[in-house]
Amino acid sequence: MLTASLQPTVKLDRLSRRFGTRWALRAVTLEVEPGEVVGVIGHNGSGKSTLLRVISTALRPSVGEGWVYGHHLVRDAVDVRRHIGFLAHSPGLYEDLTATENLMFAARMLGISEGGIAGTLDRVGLAHARDERVRGFSAGMQRRLALARLILGSPRLLLLDEPYNNFDPQGIELVNEVIEDARRAGGSAFVVLHDQRQGDRVLDRVIELSRGALLGSNAEAQPLTLATT
Amino acid sequence: MLAADLRRVRAIVWKDLTSERRSKAGFNSVAFLGVLILLLFGFALGPDTEALRNAAAGALCLAILFAGVLAFNRSYQLELDGAALEPLLLYPAPRWTIFAGKFVANLLFVLLLEVIVVPVAIVLFQVKAGTGWIPAIGVLLLGSGGFVALGTFYASMASRSRAREVLLPLLLFPMLVPVLLASSEASSSLLAGNPMQDAGAWVKLLTAFDVIFLVASFLAFDHVIEV
Repeated sequence: MLTASLQPTVKLDRLSRRFGTRWALRAVTLEVEPGEVVGVIGHNGSGKSTLLRVISTALRPSVGEGWVYGHHLVRDAVDVRRHIGFLAHSPGLYEDLTATENLMFAARMLGISEGGIAGTLDRVGLAHARDERVRGFSAGMQRRLALARLILGSPRLLLLDEPYNNFDPQGIELVNEVIEDARRAGGSAFVVLHDQRQGDRVLDRVIELSRGALLGSNAEAQPLTLATT
Repeated sequence: MLAADLRRVRAIVWKDLTSERRSKAGFNSVAFLGVLILLLFGFALGPDTEALRNAAAGALCLAILFAGVLAFNRSYQLELDGAALEPLLLYPAPRWTIFAGKFVANLLFVLLLEVIVVPVAIVLFQVKAGTGWIPAIGVLLLGSGGFVALGTFYASMASRSRAREVLLPLLLFPMLVPVLLASSEASSSLLAGNPMQDAGAWVKLLTAFDVIFLVASFLAFDHVIEV
């Protein structure tokens, strides 16, 4: 672990990820401070989602290291997961459970009280559908429920993969509120975007990935080896 | 910490069984397949009562085996349908809790299946169990434990493959031979009144493989489930 006084929210050191022979991330070195909201942009296949999935511990890095609140991404994966909330492309919900039951399951897995479920559903505008099965939800409603699951655990680090997709203007406003709330609480966020203008209001800085490397770094030109992990 | 993890195991069992109860299609098709296999064995063996009785335990094990494979595939299909596997893996819980939850849910599912197929087998194969039926049920439960442990483990491996319906039996069936053999032999012996006094040895073998499969699956699960 890093010592508390030096502790950024996220610290990545030459983080790389390979799928077969293709490098999806190339030597990404980055630090994010508490309260900072970072936009991640880049073309399709540039490694934006892979970056978020490696930080979330869903994928292990092939080379390099990373820490979230001082916890190592590989060695302390369970501790890392206590701090993160990941909103992926797909909502990842159980279609035969109701909205309330999906959040009950999330609360039980997170080890938190189920008392906040009604309020959370109300906040994302799904109070009227709390007892309906997710199977009948529209894409936007499913996205709102996934957002409700994310905020239920009050994570300190938000990992949002194209969070504005499938949302109406009120939904977009809701996403921005969630990001602002996290920032006010001292948390941080990574927001993957295709169009930087979508997140203009909440972003503190923007990083761009190209073929897995951070633009502005010279990682793309450097050969990668599997010698270090 | 352990109490919190056990609550997570319970949450996974509740989620899987609630989803299964709501969809119904899964259990109905699995139970129907189990009964169908028994019927086909019955037809194949013909009207010879002695042959039917001798084959009862083996036919029952095979019916549970084939129907169970469908159940194991379904348990991960539930996660894959809604892309829910990744969120499941990102909860702050050790991976063994996921395996344990899936194992218990699958075990309950298979036991429910047995509640249906065992009486059908008794009637269809004209089994006269005498006093041997109580230990035979114990053997069935033991066999189910090893079968479900290995099935849950291999289903998690196969779930990442597009050919999972084919891959799971290919991985699972060869490994299950000791469990299948010991269950079948112990049950046959017990139902026949244990004339050779060999049921105990088969039960010991079955118990040993149950323990090996359960421990190995728990330990290895973390390495096979990465998204």
